[in-house]
Amino acid sequence: MRTPAIPPHTTVFEARQILSFGSTAASRTAATHVAVRDGRILGVGPLGDLSGWGPHTLDRRFADQILIPGLVEGHSHLMAGTLWRYVYCGYFDSTDPRGKSWPGLKSLDAVVAALATLATPATPASSTAACTGQGPIVGWGFDPIYFGAQRCSRADLDRVSTDRPVGVLHASGHILNVNSAALQAAGLLRTGIDHPAIPLGADGIPTGEMKGPEGMMPLLEHVGLSRSFLSGDETGIRDFARLCVRAGVTTATDLAATLGDEEVQTLARITEEADYPVRIVSFLRLIGIKPVDAVQRALQLRAQSSERMRLGRIKVVADGSIQGFSARLRWPGYFNGQPNGLWYTAPEAMKEVYTLGLKAGVQIHTHTNGDEATELVLDCMEQALASSPRADHRYTLQHCQLADEAQYRRMKALGMGVNLFANHHYYWGDQHFETTVGPERAARMNACRWALDHGVPMAIHSDAPITPLGPLFTAWCAIHRRTASGRTLGPEQRIGAVEALRAITLGAAYSLKLDHEIGSIECGKRADFCVLNEDPTQIDAEALKDLQPWGTVQGGRVFEAAAITAA
Amino acid sequence: MKSATPPLPVLVIGGYLGAGKTTLLNHLLRNADGRRLAVLVNDFGDIEIDAALISANAPGRSDGVISLAGGCLCCSFGDDLVGTLRQLALRQPALDMALIELSGVALPASVVRTAKLALGVASAGTLVLADTAALPRQAADPYVGETVRQQLQQADWVLLNKPDLCSAQQIETSQNWLRAELPKVHFVCASVESLPIELVLGWAEARRETASGEVSGLFTRLSEESQSQSPNSSSLRKESGHVANSVFESLSLPLPSGCDLRALGQALADPDSGVLRAKGLLLAVQGRTQLLQVAAGRWQISEGDWDAPTRIVLIGLRGFAERLAQQPWFSDLLMPRTDSR
Repeated sequence: MRTPAIPPHTTVFEARQILSFGSTAASRTAATHVAVRDGRILGVGPLGDLSGWGPHTLDRRFADQILIPGLVEGHSHLMAGTLWRYVYCGYFDSTDPRGKSWPGLKSLDAVVAALATLATPATPASSTAACTGQGPIVGWGFDPIYFGAQRCSRADLDRVSTDRPVGVLHASGHILNVNSAALQAAGLLRTGIDHPAIPLGADGIPTGEMKGPEGMMPLLEHVGLSRSFLSGDETGIRDFARLCVRAGVTTATDLAATLGDEEVQTLARITEEADYPVRIVSFLRLIGIKPVDAVQRALQLRAQSSERMRLGRIKVVADGSIQGFSARLRWPGYFNGQPNGLWYTAPEAMKEVYTLGLKAGVQIHTHTNGDEATELVLDCMEQALASSPRADHRYTLQHCQLADEAQYRRMKALGMGVNLFANHHYYWGDQHFETTVGPERAARMNACRWALDHGVPMAIHSDAPITPLGPLFTAWCAIHRRTASGRTLGPEQRIGAVEALRAITLGAAYSLKLDHEIGSIECGKRADFCVLNEDPTQIDAEALKDLQPWGTVQGGRVFEAAAITAA
Repeated sequence: MKSATPPLPVLVIGGYLGAGKTTLLNHLLRNADGRRLAVLVNDFGDIEIDAALISANAPGRSDGVISLAGGCLCCSFGDDLVGTLRQLALRQPALDMALIELSGVALPASVVRTAKLALGVASAGTLVLADTAALPRQAADPYVGETVRQQLQQADWVLLNKPDLCSAQQIETSQNWLRAELPKVHFVCASVESLPIELVLGWAEARRETASGEVSGLFTRLSEESQSQSPNSSSLRKESGHVANSVFESLSLPLPSGCDLRALGQALADPDSGVLRAKGLLLAVQGRTQLLQVAAGRWQISEGDWDAPTRIVLIGLRGFAERLAQQPWFSDLLMPRTDSR
């Protein structure tokens, strides 16, 4: 006897409001119900319309809440999850993946005290801390700019421990402070060092402040921060997902991964778990690998993709960062006269990888911070497209912080998209205004208005952990363009709330070529929602930065942020 | 008495894409002739080592190291150049030299600064390669021109490579460009394949201690030279103190006892001398043996307990030996004194 096929189970979620950010008439009007089956959206609209799909379970848990599309973080790193195992040393309060709020540390003494709790064996270590036993003690998120003129020296960190290496990463990611034991382990606790990135004290011995990649590199291994460790181990991948649920994110990127076989297997295994709440889109970084091999590897990786692990894209890095003075700027260069920055990839390699990528249908995103780097990418794209035309390639400029309007016109002409680093206005806006690029160019940084006006597909991002993961905050940054001191940078570049919300949903989805699957609540798309207690288009625009999501629905599965506690 | 192991010499090799860095490294490895070389790259994907050079005994990579024939190795240093160099300096059996190949857009000075932080290593300078035909154009490129010029500025010496692919006009244009842009830089216009290994590596045998404590090396080889010679050799054929290939020649002379090594070093380091590299050993009447080394406009004297003939070996472009004899200081410094003891 044939067993009758079990009818697929349909759930209809009821909400106070559903903002679908879609384009059909049904989705433009405010809806209250969305039907979900097999992790996908059957439809959104009045319950009466949806009942036509057949028997369903009505789920009213969100009846007083708002559903918007699951937020999409188009530029982040799994490392954001890994860092939380170390001691948070930031000035502002922050919440870890388990929901524990860590108070901001308002003085150097407070930072030392926080680190010192790990040096005492009797003190129970936090569940997220990995610095137990006799290994290095690591802090992150540190920014002494808030402590006035006082800099952190190795003597300060010697108060944490004299026998265990201590390393404190600055929030910028560009400076590492270490103690004497760390310097000793690296062979640098001595006189006779002559290196611009390693300032010396009056005793002729390094102060422990290691500046920029050159200064930091000799120390990273000794404080347990090697490159491979930071790229995202199992705990890091899980903690990253927890951060995503808190931030309302249902799809996120790992924008620069090595993606060796073991790494891919680990990621595949974890993302396939029944309760893993995020779709991870991981990009292969073009470093230490030839363009032709990268494209080939990308194609191999694409074949290994799964529902929640999307592989096959490539990331190229053209230059450094503006606040680190390693971005490549056109004339007149840095405002304070610093020499121009560094090329990270040669033009020939860039052109070659674009040409091969376009031919093979492999999507490539390129990091450019300075406008000279942006110009180079545009030139390389133009040449590559001439020999390898490809419709709808969606090659995207990442960060692209300093592009001028002419460059936006070129982006449009070349079919390129842009993913802007709106968070920079808040975290480094004052520095850009005063020191790096000056008032006029600071006003055009991360020019969302130009992108939208010129029809360049746009998204905005956090680049977590460089700035914290939180697309609603990023949207707030793009709407207001306000620095930490309250200055508005280029008011004419501000965008509206709906435009910003689109950028963190459909805009980011489009940049990943996933707009047919995610980014709006429409029939056929993945049942990915961000659950909010308030309507983000109706609240006071200032309140957007503090709006904490209740949690997410991802592939029809419900994840409540508050339910994620110490495992 | 065993002396402490001298530091591991580290040579940085830079130059824009296509200049021939990888070809040079493969050439050096192929002709290492017993020297234990370590080639360092950021990531293994940055270099293609000739398959033939990879050690049959230990194929594959372990811990970021690929074993190559003859005790050489290739390692990727990733983020930890300082740590990698420290480990290489301690490695037993001792390595003779480390060569760091930079990416095409990297600036050598910063790598040299970082390398110097490693204990147990000493900088052997920076060699920057350029594609002779492409150089003027690359140096004028609106994007990378500045990078290319900075690389050359940071070089101790420059190899204008691939002259065989150039017309005489192009060679002259590029040489003139380089002289105008960097009047003080030492450069040689020659293909990688024609380079004597000694010119690039110096005499890196100094680190190794044989049973008798003697420095093995070019002197010993010259004096015990085998008769086998390869036609287009990258090592110089020996013919009674004067050897040459198509581009370079070397001269080996006895040093008069009581020779003023400081004055000699200064004279040889001057670009007008035509000497690209020199190494001299002066056995002391009393005290220790003095070693003079000259390369790329610099000279240095060190002391040790070597036991080798008092000689000096000089390498320069073909024809330099003749001109050397006409230098005003030649007879004062290099001819034996009749009244010497």
